[in-house]
Amino acid sequence: MSMIDLQADPQVKPLQDGQPNVNDFSFMVATKNGSGSQTSNSVLVRALFRMGIPVNGKNLFPSNIKGLPTWYTIRVSKDGYTARRATTDIAVTMNEMTAAEDIANLPPGGVCILPKEWNWGRSREDIVYYEVPVRDIVKQFDIPSERREQVANMVYVGVIAKLFGISLDLIHQALVDNFNGKEKPVKMNYQVVEAAYHWTAENLTKQDRFFFQPMDRTQGKFLITGNEAAALGALFGGMTVTAWYPITPSTSLVDAIIEHMHIRKDPETGKNTVAVVQAEDEIAAIGIIVGAGWAGARAMTATSGPGISLMAEFTGLAYFAEIPIVVWDVTRMGPSTGLPTRTSQGDILFIYFLGHGDTRQVCLLPGSVEECFEFGWRAFDLADQLQTPVFVLSDLDLGMNNWMSDPFQYPEEPLKRGKVLDKQALEAFIAAKGEWYRYKDYDGDGIGYRTLPGTDHPRAAYFTRGTGHNEKATYSERSDDWTANMARLRRKFETARRMVPRPEVLDNSAAQVGLISYGSNDPAVREVRDMLAAQGIQTAYLRLRALPLTPEVETFVTYYDRVYVIENNFDGQMHQLLRMELAEKSAHLRSLALGDGLPMTAQWIYDQIMQQER
Amino acid sequence: MTLNKPAGKTNALGLTREDYKGGKSTLCPGCGHDSISNQIISVAYEVGLKQENVAKFSGIGCSSKTPAYFLGRSHAFNAIHGRMPSVVTGATLVNCNLTAIGVSGDGDSGSIGLGQFKHLIRRNVPMVYIIENNGVYGLTKGQFSATADEGQVLKYYGRNELPPIDLALEAIVTGATFVARSFSGHSEQVRSLLKAALSHRGTAVIDIISPCVTFNNAPESTKSYDYGKTHEIALHEIELIPEGFVPEREEISIEDYDAGQVISVRMHDGTFIRLKKVGPEHDPRSRAQAIDLLEKAQMEQLFITGLLYYEEPRPTLGQTLDLVDTPLVNLPESRLRPPREVLVKLMQGMM
Repeated sequence: MSMIDLQADPQVKPLQDGQPNVNDFSFMVATKNGSGSQTSNSVLVRALFRMGIPVNGKNLFPSNIKGLPTWYTIRVSKDGYTARRATTDIAVTMNEMTAAEDIANLPPGGVCILPKEWNWGRSREDIVYYEVPVRDIVKQFDIPSERREQVANMVYVGVIAKLFGISLDLIHQALVDNFNGKEKPVKMNYQVVEAAYHWTAENLTKQDRFFFQPMDRTQGKFLITGNEAAALGALFGGMTVTAWYPITPSTSLVDAIIEHMHIRKDPETGKNTVAVVQAEDEIAAIGIIVGAGWAGARAMTATSGPGISLMAEFTGLAYFAEIPIVVWDVTRMGPSTGLPTRTSQGDILFIYFLGHGDTRQVCLLPGSVEECFEFGWRAFDLADQLQTPVFVLSDLDLGMNNWMSDPFQYPEEPLKRGKVLDKQALEAFIAAKGEWYRYKDYDGDGIGYRTLPGTDHPRAAYFTRGTGHNEKATYSERSDDWTANMARLRRKFETARRMVPRPEVLDNSAAQVGLISYGSNDPAVREVRDMLAAQGIQTAYLRLRALPLTPEVETFVTYYDRVYVIENNFDGQMHQLLRMELAEKSAHLRSLALGDGLPMTAQWIYDQIMQQER
Repeated sequence: MTLNKPAGKTNALGLTREDYKGGKSTLCPGCGHDSISNQIISVAYEVGLKQENVAKFSGIGCSSKTPAYFLGRSHAFNAIHGRMPSVVTGATLVNCNLTAIGVSGDGDSGSIGLGQFKHLIRRNVPMVYIIENNGVYGLTKGQFSATADEGQVLKYYGRNELPPIDLALEAIVTGATFVARSFSGHSEQVRSLLKAALSHRGTAVIDIISPCVTFNNAPESTKSYDYGKTHEIALHEIELIPEGFVPEREEISIEDYDAGQVISVRMHDGTFIRLKKVGPEHDPRSRAQAIDLLEKAQMEQLFITGLLYYEEPRPTLGQTLDLVDTPLVNLPESRLRPPREVLVKLMQGMM
């Protein structure tokens, strides 16, 4: 990557002694919630993406419809890092309530773009101020009053485009994408961008050192949220029922199912093969999918922590009665209502043990949008094969923010429906074995054969219950029946251990320490490995993709004397779980847990590890 | 396949009444619920119900144990307390060919599950929803339920100071299109109502007063055998006329509906419910009359039984969601996973 020629633009007068910064910084837009800045932010992200620059945008928003402060951070990284950065270099302050703090947080050499009409003054000498007459620029156009606030946000799009280098063509293209080609809103917004761009060209002298420059690092990729990826995965995974109750940050997952379910319409009749039911609460949502799963469907729900709490009783039933369901937990901050619009990995222990009595649940831990898609369909294969609930633990950061993605891999293998006996199969089974009992472990893997209601065979029926039962599915309070059943469920869990996705291990022969993490921390962990390596600390990295733990985890923890478990919750829940399951190796494990509502940064991990390794 | 079939009368499917039984009841001897189970067995036998197409559902409580005691060749799902409706919703959504029979109780439907009860009705989930209503919690030994009479006194829990919830009334105001009340001691009426309910394409609610012989059978209790035997006011004799039968009189207006007269209600499958008036004047096709009647009954503690309300059913949930006619569980893989080109096109649209 060649440095850009500073002489090419006579307006450029770097304030700092430092080198220009090309494609390696982050900026932040501070607005009021509900002011319509989402369009502007997403247009910027799309335009940068189309320039071929690795980019990631994150919405840090309040639990509020209108008025409270909200921030959008955009990071460009020539090296492809997509984790949140702890500091932002450029602040677009459109919210007077937070401007003082936003400006104070800028590093020396940073940039502040703010409305001229505030007459804010300059509190710092070591940053660049660009004052823009937002109101006057918007005033030139005849914009309906209800749109004015939103369209005003287009001013900073034009300013950023001019100051740091995005062509107007790309902005226009991104607007067309954003409005699905609708001419009127594209025109209304674009005229403001254009005006702001030209005003900037005529009135501002570039004094900062930040530049966007085209690259070729996004070719073949696309932008998508984890929730939308999960929805597509489910639609390609044969899901026929989604029952749900709205809750942030999972709502957009079901919204995406509704948006895309036309791909599953019957071509002849135009009727649906997917049923989406908005339930009266999360108890009913999971009840509906338990009924559907029992009757043979691939059924799912999407929720977040408080919803999981309500689903606990049904989860215990589905576990014990052995009914396949898929539950997405797009995790947010708890306990209680907590920080409902902030990201977290705080439900791990709760879900792993969800249900009263002795229960352990199969969990998938997607670490990217590609994996949200993959687990979107794979979760159904696992649930059907294991005849048990499968939980997929995403989070707000992964679920609601746009991420660059490689093309999704089309699922090649046929749907794995597990041990279901239809009429003929049941007839053959009985002919071969002389019997069929629902919960008998014929294969030694802890998984019985099930029939579906409606199977036209006089011996197909069985009684599904949450009460104690023997292998014939008959009510039983006998201790030996109870313990035999629990032992079989434990065998089944061991089968799950062999079937769930293996962890991704990035080994390194020179590694001195191990890192374990999961989910949306992945970008920060990848970045910190490079930062540490630059300081001479080589690391190996194991990214968990599922629970129960697979044997690779023990091998990894055994091999490295110091294994840092990096996670986004306060108590270090995965660290606790690893210590419990790998008790003999627990001295190797060190917890690096941060639960502050924000996506993990490489800098925080770096600081923690440097403290201990130096 | 050979089945051990005792000699005896058989129905249209060649099955005996015995073939429709389930396991042995573990309820208290004399429990009203067992009598209802018996009527379900009789009706299923009489109408030649194919048990393999039936799915039985229940929540938790004495009533909810009973699906184990009838239709042994039907799949069953004993769910959790108060949540049977959601399980039926899911099961019938994915297999529209199932005949769903649910058994619940007054605790299950009137307290913990009141929300699910009402939302099931609101969605018009096709099923027969039987409430075995005894005004008391049996399995936990005698607490008042939400249907217990105001002022009633029970041994351990004293006087009930709260007004009852009438589940039939709740069903009607929520939009149920088939609502009946009966008495487990009135077997013939229970059978007739069950037959009619099985023909209904939507949620058919039958609230059956079913005495608890252990905790709530004192003669002064309105949920007791004695009270039912002496106070029941049946609205009409109910007869189900099969499809193709031409009734003596087509639907008649309420002005003509004097004592001894007959009203015929045509159901969507062509069956007629013929109601011969034996009690107070009531046209079950009038929602307002049904609500008035139940409010009066509650105020004056009248034990009114019969078909309280009927209307042509709204679309079922599956119809509302515009689902394909094939049960979703029977869709082949080619209909469950779109081809690769669809995914490629989707992603191109996002690039």
